[in-house]
Amino acid sequence: MKNKKLAFETLRTILAISISLLIALVTILLVSETPGAALRAFLFGPLSSLRHFGNVLEMMIPLIFTGLAISIMFTAAQFNLGAEGAFFMGAVVSSFAAVQWTLPMVIHPIVSILIGGLTGAVFCGIPALLKVKWGASELVSSLMFNYIALFFGLYLINYYLRDPNAGAMVSYRLAETAKLGTLIPRTRVHFGLIIAALFIVLMYYYTYRTRWGYRTRLTGLNDKFAEYAGIKTASVIISAQLLGGFIAGAGGSIELLGLYRRFSWQQLPGYGWSGVIVAILARRNPAYVPVAAFFLAYLRIGADLMSRQSDVQNEIVAIIQGVMIVLIAAAGFLEKSQYRMVFRDATRDLADSVQPAKEA
Amino acid sequence: MGEFLKIVFTTEFGYSVLRVTTPILFAALAALITDRAGVINIALEGIMLIAALTGVLFSAWFNSAWLGLIMALIFGLLSGMLIGYFHLQLKTNVILAAVALNLMASGGTIFILYIIAGDKGISSSIASKVLPKIALPLLDKIPVIGPILSGHNVLTYFALISVFLMHFFINKTPLGMRIRAVGENPEAADSVGISVKKTQFIALSLSGLIAAFGGAYMSMGYVSWFSRDMTAGRGFIALAAEAMGGASPVGSFLTSLLFGFFDALSNSLQLLRVPAEFVQMIPYVATVVGLVLYTAAKRKQHQRMLMKVGKKMESEA
Repeated sequence: MKNKKLAFETLRTILAISISLLIALVTILLVSETPGAALRAFLFGPLSSLRHFGNVLEMMIPLIFTGLAISIMFTAAQFNLGAEGAFFMGAVVSSFAAVQWTLPMVIHPIVSILIGGLTGAVFCGIPALLKVKWGASELVSSLMFNYIALFFGLYLINYYLRDPNAGAMVSYRLAETAKLGTLIPRTRVHFGLIIAALFIVLMYYYTYRTRWGYRTRLTGLNDKFAEYAGIKTASVIISAQLLGGFIAGAGGSIELLGLYRRFSWQQLPGYGWSGVIVAILARRNPAYVPVAAFFLAYLRIGADLMSRQSDVQNEIVAIIQGVMIVLIAAAGFLEKSQYRMVFRDATRDLADSVQPAKEA
Repeated sequence: MGEFLKIVFTTEFGYSVLRVTTPILFAALAALITDRAGVINIALEGIMLIAALTGVLFSAWFNSAWLGLIMALIFGLLSGMLIGYFHLQLKTNVILAAVALNLMASGGTIFILYIIAGDKGISSSIASKVLPKIALPLLDKIPVIGPILSGHNVLTYFALISVFLMHFFINKTPLGMRIRAVGENPEAADSVGISVKKTQFIALSLSGLIAAFGGAYMSMGYVSWFSRDMTAGRGFIALAAEAMGGASPVGSFLTSLLFGFFDALSNSLQLLRVPAEFVQMIPYVATVVGLVLYTAAKRKQHQRMLMKVGKKMESEA
């Protein structure tokens, strides 16, 4: 029965993805004057060279981190959307560590990432605290904190870390010792991929194999029941968001140390929202997060290549993503056929159990 | 400090407070109607963006600002209905449906803008129209009040009127009462024959329509063009304003005005030597502080009430 449910969920996901891709295809056919070239670049572009495939893998890394962050917070049924700000602030604060401190090779990035993670934890933790202590909706306050993180982070960079000799508004160069080395030669894929894999394993273990993870899942399913069962739901709620913020913040600093020479973001990079898409595609299960992140990264790189090689703009991904989210999150999508399947199985089981009784 | 006061105590500042309050107020009223029906609509941000772009495009095509406004309203209404359909019919979590719509609106408006205007940032190549400003007769002759209140965009006045319309609608009309009943106790409403689904669908659709006024104002009044992500979190701020305003129209108006004040302040303070980033942060920090103060006060009030009831029961026993 469990296998069947999984199979059905997989089918539903695939169907949702197909429908959204179909809408994209129709859109491309409508707007493009060279639809053939556009489609080819979109669907197969990422496979066309090692460099392009490397782009997919490097894009996957931040998506894994924010996907894991959102997954654990949604598992606790906390609609904290602050991963966006936590990711940004994680990168800001770790750029201080990477610019100003002198540390040996391996230690430097580890320290920077830890500091970035802790900053992220603070930024996602504040809305959690406000919710538990005063009842302020974590949804609304975390949305506000994203903007606070943006402007506060830009302030820190511009007033304390800005390189006056650089033309643009960017920080000083990050120390070479702090950077994450390249993992795959001739691409930009860095050691962050290994750290991401480590986080996936840890978060899977945490969510499904530890007492804390169990408490988090139970609280997410029914917080009143969990409270009656003796679980301190307030601390579960806070810890899930601290953990989510930590992962997002660490992800931000890994993105910075892996791909950039200076801190140069002027906008929120949007990976927090992408994390929502990844978490929904992965059904909040850390084990599926890399699959979802790979898929989304593939789509985006494909769209980027398409916009460079044809007349279709890469924002078309926004349409695909939106359709995908609503269809997968729609419990009612294909609900009837699921009922039918359950009903059919039940009647067959019933018939099977009646049959031997007759013979006896 | 002297310079600061000089900025705040000018009629220009008072005028700009009303100007920046308008979109927040529309969005807050849109948030109010769904909140009263028991659903949270965080898609206001995206709906406003969609309406802002539609307004620009159709006002240029029809060569009429009013037709542009009507089309913006229609698209806003449709967006609200879409959220309603997914949430109520297909049982999508309403927050996720809204996140999807926001993402689609943010990317989709840029996609469409590029197809039509050939630019991903701003619609300046499109000759779009602007809704008229109105000078209030007689009032504009009064010193101080005149320059603050007169000469605003027609939608600013409509926003102010909407506060009272909403108050009347929610408290006095049958539909408004049904909406409140569904929001306060859906089971009870259901038991007296009110369809919860239908009522919430209407509330979500109306909220799309009202948010569209705010979006149209952004591109056809506040400024005269569409630019990418031009709503800049106003749809989210409005959620906080509505919560802080205690889900009442007049309360939401006052809190929207407060955020408008901070927003205008952040525009004006850029003239002083305050770091721009700090100034830009003000409205968002003010929102969080306000939200916490409000919910904390509400909680305390609730506890005090429970204590009172408890004591009363004790003395009766």
